[in-house]
Amino acid sequence: MALKHVNAIIVGAGAGGGIVAKELAEAGLRVVLLERGKWYTPFDCRKDDLRNQRTTVLGNAFGPDDERSPRVLVDAQGHPSVVRASQGGYQNNAACVGGGTFSYGAMAWRFMEKDFRMRSTYGPVPGSTLEDWPIRYQDLEPYYEKAEWEIGVSGDDSGNPFKAPRRKPLPMPPLPPNREYQILLPAAQRLGLHPFDIPMLRNSVPYNGRPACMRCRWCVGFACEVDAKCGTHNTVIPKALATGNCELRTEAVAKEILSDEHGRVTGVAYFNAEGRLEQQTADLVIVSCAAIESARLLLNSPSRLFPHGLGNRYDWVGRNLQGHTYSGAYGLFDFDVYDDVGPGAGIAVSDYNHGNPGLAGGGVLCNEFIRLPYQFVTAIPPSVPRWGKAHKDFMRKWYRRSMAVQGPTQEMPVFDSRVQVDPAVRDYWGIPVARLSGDKHPHTMEIANAMTGKAEQWLREAGAIQTWKKLPGRGLSGGQHQAGTCRMGDDPKTSVVDKLCRVHDVENLYVIDGSVHVTNGGFNPVLTIMAIAYYASANLVKTWRRGRV
Amino acid sequence: MRSRNLRRRKFLTLGATAAVAGHTISCSGSKSRWRFLTLDEAATLDAMCEQIIPGDQDPGAHRAGVVNFIDLQLTGFCKALRPSYRRGLAGVDQASRGMFGSRFVELAGAKQAAVLEAMETGQAPGEAWKDLPSKVFFSLVVSQTMQGFYGDPRHGGNREAVSWRMLRIPNPPVRGRLHYDLTQKG
Repeated sequence: MALKHVNAIIVGAGAGGGIVAKELAEAGLRVVLLERGKWYTPFDCRKDDLRNQRTTVLGNAFGPDDERSPRVLVDAQGHPSVVRASQGGYQNNAACVGGGTFSYGAMAWRFMEKDFRMRSTYGPVPGSTLEDWPIRYQDLEPYYEKAEWEIGVSGDDSGNPFKAPRRKPLPMPPLPPNREYQILLPAAQRLGLHPFDIPMLRNSVPYNGRPACMRCRWCVGFACEVDAKCGTHNTVIPKALATGNCELRTEAVAKEILSDEHGRVTGVAYFNAEGRLEQQTADLVIVSCAAIESARLLLNSPSRLFPHGLGNRYDWVGRNLQGHTYSGAYGLFDFDVYDDVGPGAGIAVSDYNHGNPGLAGGGVLCNEFIRLPYQFVTAIPPSVPRWGKAHKDFMRKWYRRSMAVQGPTQEMPVFDSRVQVDPAVRDYWGIPVARLSGDKHPHTMEIANAMTGKAEQWLREAGAIQTWKKLPGRGLSGGQHQAGTCRMGDDPKTSVVDKLCRVHDVENLYVIDGSVHVTNGGFNPVLTIMAIAYYASANLVKTWRRGRV
Repeated sequence: MRSRNLRRRKFLTLGATAAVAGHTISCSGSKSRWRFLTLDEAATLDAMCEQIIPGDQDPGAHRAGVVNFIDLQLTGFCKALRPSYRRGLAGVDQASRGMFGSRFVELAGAKQAAVLEAMETGQAPGEAWKDLPSKVFFSLVVSQTMQGFYGDPRHGGNREAVSWRMLRIPNPPVRGRLHYDLTQKG
């Protein structure tokens, strides 16, 4: 039996899709929200130190699973290999209702004004597709605010003079400082830096009918069992469902977007939880699968009018895959600095995001989240062997006397860092898988290397008796911060969607997630993804009401 | 609810079997009581793990039951690593024989360490390393030894949370931290 026609299908119930579902459903559109993963509850969140979304040596806790969803990774020498979802090269983001927001660390950054104007600020960078966004910070400001208040953010960035202007403060105060924070704060001040409380999508006080954080050590990479972490799964998605206009279908794996002879999309073909192929028709299709899977879905949807996939007339879909290059430093202290109080990260400086001489960008520096013992095993200085008595001695002596400061470097986009669909490998459902190839831009590495020195300096000022650099790794970037593969732009020849997130040559197809980021900021990108989702939804509703979709 | 309880019961039984199996490393020649490893393989692996995390004033890999962790994981999530362990553990003895003329478990500690160093640098002798570079196998065992030693006891290693005691982590893990008075400075 055919499924009942609806106004909009949203593919992906993550940071972007969850918000779009709520906004459209509240505006009266009939919506189907498809999610390839399950809907977990806080009671499913078995705290497993070796099986979560950060340490995956025994698998991903919240998907995708290793058996059914392979990808192909092409290495620097051009050799392709099949990677499983729990392997590093896979560039995974969680597959569940809420997407990454179900288990993230939850830093809630607004990008800075310059982050939208990278080309104008720094000029062209050879070998990079560095460009300005077609929208500015001011366009997103009201929607950043909406995300902060609807999803819920705690923190206090009033001490950060570099932040872009905001109209309203954050809705919740920061959590009380942990010991690392108290040690790092005066050190930053002595260095003339401007430390402040990291904004976090985490309740510090009861908010939105959910309790405050209980400060456990199982935070980043885990679900929150007291439901204090704020994601789309416990805010906007329940609100969307409460309207009666939105139906959420879980374990629904999109195969392709269907289009007609007039160049409009007509719906989505997907495999339901029983593995049966279904066709859902709709007036609108919104792709919100995160940068890798969104590109894959567009590329897997060719037709006579769109022989290379939807939105791909000029070969830009899947290009400019980026994430964040993390770098920083470790420090050892001759007293206990680690108090095991979650979420761990609490203090940041934004002094190095821009204005670094000779560098086209930078990044925020923060103390690191909670670490579990196995995560500390590789946090050793170059002089310590990775096994044997000396390694054990190091663990014993320094586990509670060490600290890490690090941050995400804003990456220089690279045209050839990309997502394609593999010609041979298919997933469990028979759908061609994503094929990832490319490398980081050399200047990204230069910026990330420079950040390690800043982090060491901060740790030394805080009293570290020994520091060493946490160097950036080479290879393709993506992972939980994946972005860039369906670039937003005014020129259809050098971008995939317009400034309202509509695919250039398909008037009823939208991409609303991190894929549209032209550049990815020197910050965790989730609040920007959320702001764009609110911004694009508001415009989409206006367009819909004018009957122009 | 009922099926959940049954599953839990089964899980507890398996855990108990695992605990018993963990004490039978030295009975070579008889039928293996491990899930995947033979008795000889388990003995070789146990000696190897103990070199990677040796016992001193705190227990090492042997007392933490790291072999139990690896054996258990080889029946589940790490099934695909079975051939590597079969070939690699044979390779450890080949390297040991090639370098010192006897099985790995029969060597004194310093010589065992020398074999592992040769593996780590890719210089270990042995047929096995033609298909599986000794470096690769050694890195695998180091990683899984660390997982078995520092990971949660629920995975079959870190018996009695010995590593967590060593690191001064409260056990069982305290979820909420409200016993800290966070209004106080310091």
